[in-house]
Amino acid sequence: MIKLSAFVAGLVFGLGLLLAGMANPAKVLAFLDVTGAWDPSLALVMVGAIAVAAAPLNWARTRRQSLLGAAVQLPTKRGLDTRLIVGSLLFGAGWGIAGICPGPAVAVLLTGHWQIVVFFIAVLAGMYAFTRLEAWRGQ
Amino acid sequence: MSIDWTHFTPWSSLGGGALIGLAVAVFMLGNGRIAGISGVLASVVNPRSEGWSEKALFLLGLLAAPLLWGAFAVLPAIDVQAHWPALVTAGLLVGIGTRYGSGCTSGHGVCGVSRLSPRSIVATLCFMVAGMATVYLIRHVWGV
Repeated sequence: MIKLSAFVAGLVFGLGLLLAGMANPAKVLAFLDVTGAWDPSLALVMVGAIAVAAAPLNWARTRRQSLLGAAVQLPTKRGLDTRLIVGSLLFGAGWGIAGICPGPAVAVLLTGHWQIVVFFIAVLAGMYAFTRLEAWRGQ
Repeated sequence: MSIDWTHFTPWSSLGGGALIGLAVAVFMLGNGRIAGISGVLASVVNPRSEGWSEKALFLLGLLAAPLLWGAFAVLPAIDVQAHWPALVTAGLLVGIGTRYGSGCTSGHGVCGVSRLSPRSIVATLCFMVAGMATVYLIRHVWGV
């Protein structure tokens, strides 16, 4: 059941991205282009997602186990730090260059667009660079 | 600022958002996990990570979404304007940035903001502002 629920969650997530227009980088860039011909649609993606997710996520905070008996795992970091802010700024800059964030990159990876494959490999390389940098700092 | 009403798709974006919210709810209520794609992806690349099979199945579901969609309807347009040097730069920034920032649009923007996490609200503001500033520079200052 737990495996089925993971697969279904991913599937529904992907269908949501496709329906919302998030899987189209041109639409994402039109959303970020606030001083140009602005397409505010994607603000509504967040509104719709939060409206549905807020109650279940907040209910889960009060529980140790999910409905299927898995341990509830929530982020434990508290407080703001430079890593959070600089990391998010770098992510935003990358998002603004190509109009692709990790979810859509995975969702449309196999739809035959070579640009998404190039982007996806670069994301993995960036994540690998992070791991190496952290290992090097930790020495 | 001028709103591009011809491309504005309030209902499908709201509906797609609701589906994303439903997926977040299923992953939490079923698997007890936050559906943050950058975090899930970083875990799946490492086969020794905790909960590998569940996370891999989540990604598999995400990959399968266009196949299911395509069986019933024509896939929506996927229009990538960036050339390969821009795609590589963007991907590297997204990869390293989401690891340092512990999340992306899904983990911070949807899950974190839903929980009113101060860290996620700040992260979301940072990537939104950085994304808008980048598009402003590229389109309206450099005119690419």
